[in-house]
Amino acid sequence: MTSDQRVDVRKTYKLFIGGAFPRSESGRSYPVTGAEGGFLANAARASRKDVRDAVVAARKAFPGWSARTPYNRGQILYRIAEMLEGRRAQFVAELRDAGLGKGAAGAEVDAAVDRWVWYAGWADKLAAVAGNANPVAGPFFTFSTPEPTGVVGSVAPDGPLLDLVSALAPVIVSGNTAVVVASEPAPLPAITFAEVLATSDLPGGVVNLLTGRRAELAPWLAGHMDVNALDLTGVAETDVKPLAEAAAGNLKRVFRDPVRADAEDPGTARMQAFLEIKTVWHPVGV
Amino acid sequence: MDLFAYAPAPESRDVVDIRPSYGLFVDGAFTDGGGEPFKTVEPATGEALAEVASADAADVDRAVAAARRAYETVWGPMSGRDRAKYLFRIARILQERSRELAVLESIDNGKPIRESRDVDLPLVAAHFFYHAGWADKLGHAGFGADPRPLGVAAQVIPWNFPLLMLAWKIAPALACGNTVVLKPAETTPLTALAFADVCRQADLPPGVVNIITGAGETGRLLVAHDGVDKVAFTGSTDVGREIARTVAGTRRRLTLELGGKAANIVFDDAPLDQAVEGVVNGIFFNQGHVCCAGSRLLVQETVADEFLERLKARMATLRVGDPLDKNTDVGAINSAAQLARIADLAEAGEREGAERWSPPCDLPGRGYWFAPTLFTGVAQSHRIAREEIFGPVLSALTFRTPQEAVEKANNTPYGLSAGVWSEKGSRTLWVAERLRAGVVWANTFNKFDPAAPFGGYKESGHGREGGRHGLEAYLDI
Repeated sequence: MTSDQRVDVRKTYKLFIGGAFPRSESGRSYPVTGAEGGFLANAARASRKDVRDAVVAARKAFPGWSARTPYNRGQILYRIAEMLEGRRAQFVAELRDAGLGKGAAGAEVDAAVDRWVWYAGWADKLAAVAGNANPVAGPFFTFSTPEPTGVVGSVAPDGPLLDLVSALAPVIVSGNTAVVVASEPAPLPAITFAEVLATSDLPGGVVNLLTGRRAELAPWLAGHMDVNALDLTGVAETDVKPLAEAAAGNLKRVFRDPVRADAEDPGTARMQAFLEIKTVWHPVGV
Repeated sequence: MDLFAYAPAPESRDVVDIRPSYGLFVDGAFTDGGGEPFKTVEPATGEALAEVASADAADVDRAVAAARRAYETVWGPMSGRDRAKYLFRIARILQERSRELAVLESIDNGKPIRESRDVDLPLVAAHFFYHAGWADKLGHAGFGADPRPLGVAAQVIPWNFPLLMLAWKIAPALACGNTVVLKPAETTPLTALAFADVCRQADLPPGVVNIITGAGETGRLLVAHDGVDKVAFTGSTDVGREIARTVAGTRRRLTLELGGKAANIVFDDAPLDQAVEGVVNGIFFNQGHVCCAGSRLLVQETVADEFLERLKARMATLRVGDPLDKNTDVGAINSAAQLARIADLAEAGEREGAERWSPPCDLPGRGYWFAPTLFTGVAQSHRIAREEIFGPVLSALTFRTPQEAVEKANNTPYGLSAGVWSEKGSRTLWVAERLRAGVVWANTFNKFDPAAPFGGYKESGHGREGGRHGLEAYLDI
């Protein structure tokens, strides 16, 4: 047999946990198909145990990431945008595989990069906007300042890239760490995005990406006692109630973004949803 | 024996007029309730003070409907400037009637008059005065140019600061343009009902504030009601969880201010006498019925012996007794049920191996009382180090390094408040940064102000009350 056509080397799509790319501990995968129904790749089908491992990794990364200076977090987020831009062609190709037209795929990648840059700039401004000194009636200096709420579990919507970016950036910019269940029908760009994260000086564990069945994974995330907040933007209306009920077990903050990911200005609500306000008092005197 | 003998200095009860029975305040008028009436008891004597109506499902419907009507016809359309004027009026009337309300609070709740007079009532009036000023300035609060109210707020409050918690709930809700249905705790309904009269004196439009009394079932009906847009609750974490489940998946917004197990951290460079005062205030203020009470003392090992000795000497001077006596430091436990819970946890502390100490202390022969209690040799695994006791019981632990102090302080599902005592500014800020708690008091404790946000991390709740941040809970953003 002769051929001048090279046989390409294909990628194994795995999970992204603690800065590494493991397969699902369950050994399961599911076939991802393109718009025409053709086979694209097998994606890892994460399990309950993978959710738990991801939460452990996110918790471990939280003290370090939240203690970074906002300036440093902003620089790392900007670096992520640089890496994303550098892989523009690859993402456009993957989005086209996922069914987007040529123009739409290019526009989505551009929007994702621009959004990421927008959030990067927020890192060292959020506290100025969301915090203030409190003019109390007594000899005290009192100030209130925003802090990250902790480990945030997100169920991302179906969109392959911009939805993911819109779920992730507002969570980690303030110092939270994240466990994200990626788009179920189009998970491949999410794993490629994890490769961007892995090469951007983002500490391992700050972002953990799982692919698989949303309905299988979301309840474990919602009921996990070491997750502080839950983003249900990617969950169907009818599934919100049981997940929010499970989240009540440790009083997670539950958020569901009514703003469409393609909105011109995403606003600050999504960042503020994963903040805690800390008020500090100290006496004033000689 | 007392170092000084104190003559009794009772505050006169003449300023209050407790009626034999009270109804529900719905749509501007007092009405009967459909439920079985209950009695509110004076904790200092154990005797019934008055019979109070209990709201059933139909009453809750009625109250929510009145609030909805008032929201749609009067309070919603009203300009912020006019809402402000009503709130200023209420603030002034509260100041005018502050002695009456303070005495009534001490009678119904059991807290010392010195506290209801000097802490609760001034803060109650200040809360209304502060939020009155926001009513016509909401567009400047950072939540958009013209933030809208949510609608009808269902509010359920606890018995530890009955009127102050009412103020924390009602003042921001009204300032932001919402109307309210509020349920006070069943053991302390009287000042909320007196507040209904304050609303009438202020000519507040009927239905803007509705007060319904009852037990847990009334509260459950209220927070589960389809006609409310907002649920605000202050109380135990267990009930908070139940409410979060009830509200899950609905359009109702939720804020929760729940339990705590705050660490009060004393470093070896702290001004020890001041720290002793702060620790005493942190746990014995309001009989320890405080969600943000400094119930875990973390004292650095090098000064632990000296500090605990001074603490015991100070505790021996606390005067426990008649809440209406102006010399009283620690009043009555609010109810027999709460007393039983405190006693149960204190016994668990002994059983689990901690050392229990209380100063010699004559407790009155009737009513509900618990002597100020210190546990030493407490391990983090002990129930008294983990569970909220909500009583005058302090659990003392030690630490060696700042890292260890922070780790122990954060080793709890709660995250409401914390205290730090040190003269080293950089260390104080380093610790304050790392404490996972919504309020950190440095070289002070239990300070509250309407201009300063208050609320918890983790299982201590969602949202903040007070300050600019507190407005968010009552705006549609």
